[in-house]
Amino acid sequence: MSPLLVVEQCLNGLQFGVMLFLMAAGLTLVFGIMNLVNLAHGSLYMVGAYLATAALGWTGSFVAAVVFALPATLLVGMLVEVIALRSLYERDHLDQVLATFGLILFFNEAVAIVWGRAALFTTVPPALAGHIQILPGLRYPAYRAVIILVGLAIAVLLYVVVSHTRLGMLIRAGASNRTMVAALGVNIRLLYTVVFGFGAALAGLGGLMAGPIYTVLPGMGEEILIQVFVVIVIGGIGSIRGALVGAVVVGMVDTLGRAFLKPMLSTVLGPSAADNAGPALASMLIYLLMAAVLYFRPQGLFPAARG
Amino acid sequence: MDSRARALTLVAGLAILALVPVIAALAHQPFYVDLFRRIMIFAIAAVSLDLILGFGGMVSFGHAAYLGIGAYAVAIPAFYGIHSGLVQWTLAVALSGLAALVIGAVSLRTSGVSFIMITLAFAQMLYYLGISINAWGADDGMRLARRSQFGPVVDLANPDVFYYVVLGLLVALLWLGHRLIHARFGTVIRAARSNEPRMQAIGFTTFRYKLAAFAIAGAVCGLAGALLANHTEYLTPSYMHWTRSGDIMVMVILGGMGTLFGPVLGAVAFLLLEDILSAWTVHWQIVLGPLLVLVVLYARRGLYGLLPGGGRDG
Amino acid sequence: MAEPLLSVRGLRKRFGGLVATDGVDLDVAEGETLAVIGPNGAGKTTLIGQLSGVLRPDAGTIRFAGAEVTTLSAAARSHRGLARSFQITSIFRDFSALDNVALAVQAHAGHSFRFWRAARAEATLREPARAILAQVGLGPRADVIAGTLAHGEQRQLEIAMALATRPRLLLLDEPVAGMGPDESQRMVQLLRALRGRHTMVLVEHDMDVVFALADRISVLVYGRVIASGAPDAIRTNAEVRRAYLGEEVPA
Repeated sequence: MSPLLVVEQCLNGLQFGVMLFLMAAGLTLVFGIMNLVNLAHGSLYMVGAYLATAALGWTGSFVAAVVFALPATLLVGMLVEVIALRSLYERDHLDQVLATFGLILFFNEAVAIVWGRAALFTTVPPALAGHIQILPGLRYPAYRAVIILVGLAIAVLLYVVVSHTRLGMLIRAGASNRTMVAALGVNIRLLYTVVFGFGAALAGLGGLMAGPIYTVLPGMGEEILIQVFVVIVIGGIGSIRGALVGAVVVGMVDTLGRAFLKPMLSTVLGPSAADNAGPALASMLIYLLMAAVLYFRPQGLFPAARG
Repeated sequence: MDSRARALTLVAGLAILALVPVIAALAHQPFYVDLFRRIMIFAIAAVSLDLILGFGGMVSFGHAAYLGIGAYAVAIPAFYGIHSGLVQWTLAVALSGLAALVIGAVSLRTSGVSFIMITLAFAQMLYYLGISINAWGADDGMRLARRSQFGPVVDLANPDVFYYVVLGLLVALLWLGHRLIHARFGTVIRAARSNEPRMQAIGFTTFRYKLAAFAIAGAVCGLAGALLANHTEYLTPSYMHWTRSGDIMVMVILGGMGTLFGPVLGAVAFLLLEDILSAWTVHWQIVLGPLLVLVVLYARRGLYGLLPGGGRDG
Repeated sequence: MAEPLLSVRGLRKRFGGLVATDGVDLDVAEGETLAVIGPNGAGKTTLIGQLSGVLRPDAGTIRFAGAEVTTLSAAARSHRGLARSFQITSIFRDFSALDNVALAVQAHAGHSFRFWRAARAEATLREPARAILAQVGLGPRADVIAGTLAHGEQRQLEIAMALATRPRLLLLDEPVAGMGPDESQRMVQLLRALRGRHTMVLVEHDMDVVFALADRISVLVYGRVIASGAPDAIRTNAEVRRAYLGEEVPA
């Protein structure tokens, strides 16, 4: 277990973390401000990945794929909001869970009808296919480095918007006390649409970046969605800061756990026991972390809502 | 009148279920015994979820986890040569109850959106756990060498005997559930759903009752899991996949939550629909998805609410 | 002199920048009725929240029945004999009036890990519940679904549920809130009948009710008790009048 390997895995953890953050930022706001349980958030991620992959297939250009997929996903998101989600804002959580579950089934199947159930082939754009030299002796995939940079840039952008703009103030107020914001005469519908749009765009961005390095399959959205839930629970509902901290923590714990738990266990338990226990425990790590956080702070690390 | 009509529906429904093997034999379609046995097994799972969801208002999206635990509690001992049904099924109920107790103890510290996400997350954790253990089939799953053994009289290898065992369990659970709902315990659960702060103000520590209900629901679902493993003679971690939790939840809502018998109707409707639609197209879920949205928006009281005299139990 | 049944010292509670309770001291002797009054925003609801156990104070102590209860849960306080009624009616709307009260009785009749016998068949729960409903004047309405009761009847049900827990102290949060003059009168008569037998802390806006029931009055302004004493003394207190000017003028 060389230090360079550790650094590399830390970078991977950070990269996974920013992907989680892109999903978590939008979702935590939707939960916090609109009190909407949107299970179909993962579907937007999936749609982003599929549209980008398809566009890449048609045009051969990654840039064209991004230019197409991002607005297209945003559009799909807005359509979903108008058609299905608007009527759910006033409903109780159970209704929202079931309805968005129905949306997931629909999207997964729609994607399977168009592109089949097998994983879609996609590649990292040639310009970013190489490695960059991070440290002497450590070369890191350029594509993953770009993901980290994009993610951090988005985090900074969100920070600026949330703390230095009027919109951001409304978002923070809405996350803290939804009814008050409505009572103050703010155009709640518009705020909801903007927030949802934000979230959809970020999810789509996550999806299109994820395509080349993760598998593009029906149902890919839900896999990451559940990890995003863990992030939000740990970070605190309604808090972007919480989403960032939670995402990085979860990303690190999961990646480092998967990389190092088995070798660490095999020195204690022996290789064959570690062969089973290692991956098993590693897959449980983030949930155990969530349980621990919940035990001491049920409202999360940076809860936005008050009482 | 209300409860008379409901009782009649219940009796009629159960009578029909009791006659399925007879009808199937007459029509030379043993497949129906299989189909309805599967339906009843999921009905048991749905009824267990109804206890906490319909009556308790706890939106647990991870209920399929207990289905999986119950199934593994049968398959793993069988793998090691332990075929006693008593041992396996007791293990199934005990382990899933225990798992529910632990998961509930953490999850019930939250509510609302958090609760839903957390129960989902824990269930998925168990799913990933199941996938990663190579010794027990990983994601390929395990075969069940022999069905649970209960001695010569109750031979689960006989499809009709097995069918009536499941039916008997379903009826017993419905009756026990009915008593529980109207006993002190059930009253606390229902009232806590109606107005939790009030419950605490009059002196109920609602947490422990909700946790108990959660554990009971998990345990009963574990029994359903044991039955399922016997039914399919095969199991995979996919029994615990979150979409399975969603399916069970749909059965409860579709049938009519908070009614005990509604989920049975829901299981019948859902699985029959699945059977019919999937014969039609492999992409049947694209119909189910929007259908679900529509049911939620316009037919919330479910099938039970459409029946004469139907409505909330108690 | 016997220790007061309820004793509050230095209670403080803030919500972010807002100080809702700013060092409150209170004593309530057994058998007396204390009314807490104050203009809107004085922090009465926050005070009730801390007394009943729903809110945790940032500082200060609350002693009840000779023991410290500052951090005790609402349910635990109920078992010590502290009952509360809510300003915004908080009942079990889908259950009958009798069921509502029987639940309150059930909470104090042993544990509820009973899975077999129907609760409705338990005479030890139903009979006392019926009696209490009769006591508050809802006898004939026992089987009506609570959500369909008239507003005034629901407020009576609130009191009934509090009484069913056999309390030593009743915390009544605006018992006549939203009631017309006739209903208010009935409520006052009901509460008058409880005076002496139960210790009461009454938060109210309606001054007629306050002067009809209170042995002592404490005036809460901006989270602090600015005056405390007999009703006549409070009525003529200059600071109190100033606090109320422009809001509500005491009768």
